[in-house]
Amino acid sequence: MALQNGDEPKIRVQNLDFFYDGRQALRSNNLEIARNRITALIGPSGCGKSTHIRTYNRMFDLYPGHRATGEVLLDGVNILDSRAIDGISLRSRVGMVFQKPTPFPMSIRENVAFGPKLLGVRGSELEDRVVAAIKAAALWDEVHDRLDASGLSLSGGQQQRLCIARALAVEPEVLLMDEPASALDPIATTRIEELIHDMAGRYTVVIVTHNMQQAARVSDYTAFFYMGEIIEHGPTNQIFTSPAEKRTEDYITGRFG
Amino acid sequence: MTQPATSLSSSPRALRARTRRVLFNRFMMLSAAGALAFAVATLCWVLGTLIARGGGALSWALLTELPNPPGIPGGGLAHAITGTLLLTGAALLLGVPTGIAAGIWLAEFGQGSRLAHTVRFLADVLMGVPSIVIGVFVYGLLVAPLGSFSALAGAVALALLMLPIVTRTTEEMLRAVPVTLREAALACGCPPWIMVLRVSVRAALPGILTGVLLAIARVGGETAPLLFTSLNTPYWSFDPLAPIGTLNVTLFNYAMSPYRDWQQLAWAAALCITLAVLALTIAARTLRRKRS
Amino acid sequence: MKRKQLPDRAFRLATGFSAATIPAVVAAVGVMLAAGATTALLRWGPSFLWRSQWDAAHGEFGAWTALCGTLISAFLALALAIPLALGVAVFLTELAPRWLAGPASLAVELMAAVPSIIYGMWGLFVLAPVLSEHVEPFLQHTLGWLPFFQGAPTGIGMFTAGLVLALMVVPYIAAIARDLFTMVPPQVKEAAVGLGATRWEVVRAVVLPHTRIGLVGAVILGLGRALGETMAVTFVIGNSHRLSPSLFAASGTIASTLANEFTEATDELHLSALMALGLVLFAMTFAILALGRLLVGRTSAQGGA
Repeated sequence: MALQNGDEPKIRVQNLDFFYDGRQALRSNNLEIARNRITALIGPSGCGKSTHIRTYNRMFDLYPGHRATGEVLLDGVNILDSRAIDGISLRSRVGMVFQKPTPFPMSIRENVAFGPKLLGVRGSELEDRVVAAIKAAALWDEVHDRLDASGLSLSGGQQQRLCIARALAVEPEVLLMDEPASALDPIATTRIEELIHDMAGRYTVVIVTHNMQQAARVSDYTAFFYMGEIIEHGPTNQIFTSPAEKRTEDYITGRFG
Repeated sequence: MTQPATSLSSSPRALRARTRRVLFNRFMMLSAAGALAFAVATLCWVLGTLIARGGGALSWALLTELPNPPGIPGGGLAHAITGTLLLTGAALLLGVPTGIAAGIWLAEFGQGSRLAHTVRFLADVLMGVPSIVIGVFVYGLLVAPLGSFSALAGAVALALLMLPIVTRTTEEMLRAVPVTLREAALACGCPPWIMVLRVSVRAALPGILTGVLLAIARVGGETAPLLFTSLNTPYWSFDPLAPIGTLNVTLFNYAMSPYRDWQQLAWAAALCITLAVLALTIAARTLRRKRS
Repeated sequence: MKRKQLPDRAFRLATGFSAATIPAVVAAVGVMLAAGATTALLRWGPSFLWRSQWDAAHGEFGAWTALCGTLISAFLALALAIPLALGVAVFLTELAPRWLAGPASLAVELMAAVPSIIYGMWGLFVLAPVLSEHVEPFLQHTLGWLPFFQGAPTGIGMFTAGLVLALMVVPYIAAIARDLFTMVPPQVKEAAVGLGATRWEVVRAVVLPHTRIGLVGAVILGLGRALGETMAVTFVIGNSHRLSPSLFAASGTIASTLANEFTEATDELHLSALMALGLVLFAMTFAILALGRLLVGRTSAQGGA
């Protein structure tokens, strides 16, 4: 069994297949995501990592012709079943941060308040949440005196932390990060990594990355994807020091990918 | 920011808000669908009316005969159909070469220069100038000095309406031609003007043709600029310096007339014009689709 | 060497000359209208704009009634067209399933392509009777205490003109709005969806703010179109030179006045007054189109950022 030290699964993926217009992109994925731990998904580009996590919040609903079969159990509820849970509720429980920063065309404050407002939070409580989320995203020191400035006025790294703050403000149970640092410079990347590291113990984070050092630095668990299949998953140090599969070892040691 | 016992999203407040949000969303989306349904219904209503009222008057005589005086049923619009074709053809000859040349200059020579910006902007303005203003302009330019309404004046008015459309499409299509293609041509020692004509324009030709089709569609439906340029006549006319009958102006005169027979012919003319214009639009769209 | 360059220079010159016709035409239109309008403008000066008499028999002319008619009909059309056009654009970009999006887009494009004279004829013979028998009496019944809905519901007048214009402007604004909406980066939309926003909330919070400037531009371009529209209006507006608060009353616009009177104007003053009307219309549309182009251009430039 992949999870250790009494970690319990927050998400359990069973026999997940995914199709784009009939073309299969994921093949019987099985995976457990530990509660309040950081799980990294690694693998060469086009291997299905992003597709995989985009099933966790049913983002693929947006695109006609995209179809997932199998089960993704969030606390035991199959979220692929639209009768069990609707997409809107699901996405306020499972947040997402994207590859490129995606600030909305509004002020910093409004960006962060966007999610909680949808959930009916108003007044001073809203303000408290906004501040708390910006602090949690390690952005407070840089923006506290200009919360009403446009979100687009921030630097790339700040924009990305703003997007993390925006996701955190909804208090998601799970936070999905799709290559959150790939569009950033090394310094901004370091800050994001520190932030992710700090979230361990409080949030269930799933991060997709093609950067193996990053996976090694920030994650507790790692899963290796190859051509739509999960080749291997387990505690990060085990995957990186003594992988059980030849393909994992080849990828980690840089022999391909 | 530690996780509370019950998460924010499952609080009673959030659930209440959610119901309201979902309902409101549904309402707005239904309204959007309703707007489209309304637009499509209007289109169908207009087209349905044309077919119902004009369809019956379509006949061989419509294409071959001249209109009868009011009170005598039958007759056709042969002169007006010919007139519209002649005027559009003449406008094409005047407007399309100029427009394509202007587009070539904008894309290949003018590019980012200040003059090019001005030309581009004024082409956009010209595209939006009311067609009746163009009619008044051509009246002052040709009709008043020559002392007579004329087919020539009508053709010039239509050509002026085509010019900016053809110019802007040509420019856009040329800009879409990859730089590598031009560089490859120049690298074989080809002089720029041959490169432009043989390579760039050739590559952009389907797109330019789309622009020409759209220009014809736009101009084919125009009536306002013809009212005081080519005027109208119920007889055959092939003299460029005399008034000429067109479908559009005939439609206007007959529809406004009190005679049922003439109104009947007007509906037939309306159906002909609309079918031609829509066919051109669909052809242009298909051509554009094929390219992308 | 020199001989080789000659064709290039000739080609460049010829195309440049063609390009120059465009500014030349725009300038010539302005000059020609101004020259034609001199008699009227010298006689009344700027007061031509706000004189409300228009009486060919007595040689009294002023732009006021036609100007008001033009503006009222255009704004009425916009008020009706904007919500419809945005709804159509939202449906086309956010809602339509793939099998429907193509045909629906086609329908909108065809609606824009139908010539204005066809809308006019349909408005006169089909829409006006329906309005006069059903819609206008209903409005009068429910809102009759307002000054806008007084008088006989004939189906011919400002109300019908505004409605027909709205139908013509809807596909125009909708097509631009659709193009603008598709330029919104999908990641930003996904980010809103990722926070649990409904489709409408995504439109409200992301799509509309993102395209705001361009949408204003689209509306302005629609306005430019509504101001200058001739044939459709001429058929249904009733062509009167009186100004009435009631939308049911016959009225006139600059374009409809030109269409009706230009060929019949025999004396110089009348013709000159008509030219002056044309100049006013040209100046208005020029200013509005310039503004609209500027704004639509700004959004497409922003879209890359």
